[in-house]
Amino acid sequence: MALQKSLEDYGPQIAQCVRCGACQAHCPVYLETCREGSVARGKIALAAALLEGKIDLEERLLQELSLCLLCGSCVTKCPNQVPTDAIVASLRRRITTERGLSPIGKGVAALTGSPNLLRGLLKSAEWLSPLLFKKIPATSGLQLRFSPDSLKGRTLPPIPDRHLFARIPEILEGEADKPMVGFFAGCAITYLYPEVGEALVRLLQTFGYPVFIPRSQGCCGMPALSSGNGPLLDKLATANIEAFATRKVSHILTACASCHGALTGHYAATDNTRFDTGIVDIHVFLQQEGIIDRLAALPKWPQRQRVTYHDPCHLRTQGITGEPRALLRALPQVEFVEMEDAGLCCGLGGTFTAAHPDLSRAIGDRKLAGLRASNATVIATACPGCVMQLQDIVNRAGLPIKAIHTLELVQQALTEQP
Amino acid sequence: MLSAQILQNLKDIVSAANVSNSSTDRITHSFDATQQQFLPEVVVHAETSEQVSRIVCLANAEKIPILPRGAGSGFTGGSLPIKGGIVLVLTRMNQILEIDTDNLIAVVEPGVVTGRLQREVERLGLFYPPDPASKDFSTLGGNVAECAGGPRCVKYGVTRDYILGLTVVTPTGEIIHTGGRTMKNVVGYDLTRLFVGSEGTLGIVTQIILRLLPKPEARKTMLVAFETIDGAAQVVSAIIRGKIIPTTLEFMDGSAIDCVRQAMPLDLPPACRAVLIIEVDGDQEALDGQVRKILSIIQPLGVLETRIAATSAESEAIWQVRRSISPSLRRLNPDKFNEDIVVPRSKVPDMIRALEAISTRYGVPIINFGHAGDGNIHVNVMVDLKESGMKEKVQQALNDLFRTTVALGGSVSGEHGIGTAKAPYIGMELDRATLATMQTIKKALDPNNIMNPGKIFLDTAPETCPPFQSS
Repeated sequence: MALQKSLEDYGPQIAQCVRCGACQAHCPVYLETCREGSVARGKIALAAALLEGKIDLEERLLQELSLCLLCGSCVTKCPNQVPTDAIVASLRRRITTERGLSPIGKGVAALTGSPNLLRGLLKSAEWLSPLLFKKIPATSGLQLRFSPDSLKGRTLPPIPDRHLFARIPEILEGEADKPMVGFFAGCAITYLYPEVGEALVRLLQTFGYPVFIPRSQGCCGMPALSSGNGPLLDKLATANIEAFATRKVSHILTACASCHGALTGHYAATDNTRFDTGIVDIHVFLQQEGIIDRLAALPKWPQRQRVTYHDPCHLRTQGITGEPRALLRALPQVEFVEMEDAGLCCGLGGTFTAAHPDLSRAIGDRKLAGLRASNATVIATACPGCVMQLQDIVNRAGLPIKAIHTLELVQQALTEQP
Repeated sequence: MLSAQILQNLKDIVSAANVSNSSTDRITHSFDATQQQFLPEVVVHAETSEQVSRIVCLANAEKIPILPRGAGSGFTGGSLPIKGGIVLVLTRMNQILEIDTDNLIAVVEPGVVTGRLQREVERLGLFYPPDPASKDFSTLGGNVAECAGGPRCVKYGVTRDYILGLTVVTPTGEIIHTGGRTMKNVVGYDLTRLFVGSEGTLGIVTQIILRLLPKPEARKTMLVAFETIDGAAQVVSAIIRGKIIPTTLEFMDGSAIDCVRQAMPLDLPPACRAVLIIEVDGDQEALDGQVRKILSIIQPLGVLETRIAATSAESEAIWQVRRSISPSLRRLNPDKFNEDIVVPRSKVPDMIRALEAISTRYGVPIINFGHAGDGNIHVNVMVDLKESGMKEKVQQALNDLFRTTVALGGSVSGEHGIGTAKAPYIGMELDRATLATMQTIKKALDPNNIMNPGKIFLDTAPETCPPFQSS
């Protein structure tokens, strides 16, 4: 049985849309296209028409439904909180059910749904690694974000020679009075930015926490959600819940905003796709555990770097905006500056950038004015996808700015001297 | 159905990518904030005045209904294609062409979102005051078509007070220029004022010259709680009599307070039955004086509580009280009839009492809030149309409401326009000769009745038509 909700299940929420148009002010795609089909209100009208049998899955409808980043910005600003992101995801599942997977959707299924991956990330990584050693191969799933078109002129992170699980053990012991915490790493941190995962583990160990990083964890399911692959989403959700059920942990931590968004069931998940333990963003955890205060007590460096912060959509729309800033303000080597439009989407949107590379870049370039005005030399954020996109944005604009994960700055504060 | 030839002609004008008669595009351009739905035959995106002119010429020659569309956020059906035809979307004509800091004017295309212009001019220390609630997404073209208002109108006036000139494509496809770049201009008829508020029935605005003001240095927000709406009304009158014009003078009556209280805790005294939100702006020094003067006027009038925001966060918290009304409305009932009547300021308590009586008479909840400073009351009749006989009940309640409004010397719409939603009531306010004059103008400019047909004026006699059409 499908664990995800169908379009019909969303009928009452679809009826809640009063067509006021407020979503137009907050949709990154609409701000670029200025076309009604791009924005939540237009998509909800299409969903309603589909439910009433007034329209079939014509080509134009598929095009409009592909124009959504699933960022959730419209949902938080909607007077009636219509969950358009979840409704679009359910529409995409209906399209996939009736029409089959798109080429991008097939790529997602090939990578994130591979039996290898479900058997264990470690093994799947071995299976993948020859591919990863070549610069982003044609069949890799992470690489779905880099279709040949979107690859042109794009800045990509160097592919690390050893992924996260080759660098750290599955279980790390800690102090007796500290609860064991789980860490859900996600594909991007595991394969592209393992140093971010290492930084998180080192930080937790520094403060005495035992850590569990189950090898059987898989992809969070965001690409499956985005490409409308319901069965794959169900499979990944089940596998991940099982992976963390093998050991008692106090929290399941994430350092990727998109993984956090997917795992918290923020999208279409029903009661069957929830974890036993709370999914907690690392910044929230650090705040709750008083670790940010302890970092703030470190002696300040004489020379500090000017750092600004970009809000990943999947944290911002869950109200997690203060904690990452609090962390940055606490760090001894950081002079934190706010930038205008910190909350604007970077335009990556998972598979969106593969389907709409030009639009994805245009959305991203809206960050530039605020970034320039901030005079920051570093833009930190809390999502590896955003890190990649932001570095691409600044490089294309020729700005001497480095995009990094907040945890890399924590790592620097703990290991380097002024 | 439009012929293949006409579709081809449209594509020749704006390119194939900007013309669509797919079900998808017709559905996504079939509605506005009235939640009614009418399918157009074709959706066209234009990007220049010249394209608009050629499209209108074609529509006029072929007698195809056509209407301009901006954000489609109107409350009265102005952008609904009730006769099918062409929906001409102007959201991509969204360039701010000029901000002239020497002459304090801006020149913009109609698709520019109002809030964006405000942010841009404020960066230069300038100010565009009209602030409809939809300012973050509604377009200036739409604001001009409806003559949009907003809370700041008490002090600064409405959209028409800031429009110096327009470029308009008339229903016969001529490109005309009204007004200009100067404050003073008496050459010929004041066509600018004719087009502002004409709801897209007389032509399509393709360029707008706006008047700007210097940006006020500072603002101060206060909330005053009252035991009765009369107390609030007395305060409004006393402030105006005291020769103070606040930037905004918003009120919530007991019905709105109850409504919000059902949805969330509200930090107001239990006895509170009316709230005023007062904001003043100007030079920092003058501001403190204004606040002191308002306090001295208010104090003897027996208010329950006065709260003055010391920080912008506190000011935001006060405005949050006002903004929480709309989202809480739907907890009462699913269907909303949103009216925006306006009465002379001094008649606001009479109107509120009449609304309470109407609510009781028909057994329907009516929630009132809005702009006390200019007598513009947002009346929300909240019902469930699935209940039998409810449609008729609402219609009677609305009839009573508009009759009372006109009897008190007011108007059936302050800032939302007539469109289709208020068309049945226009005859209550305008006498036959006045209405006929308006229709003569419409006929002279639009002999084939192609430009947003069926709006403002009903085809049938007023009052015989229901106030809503089934969607």
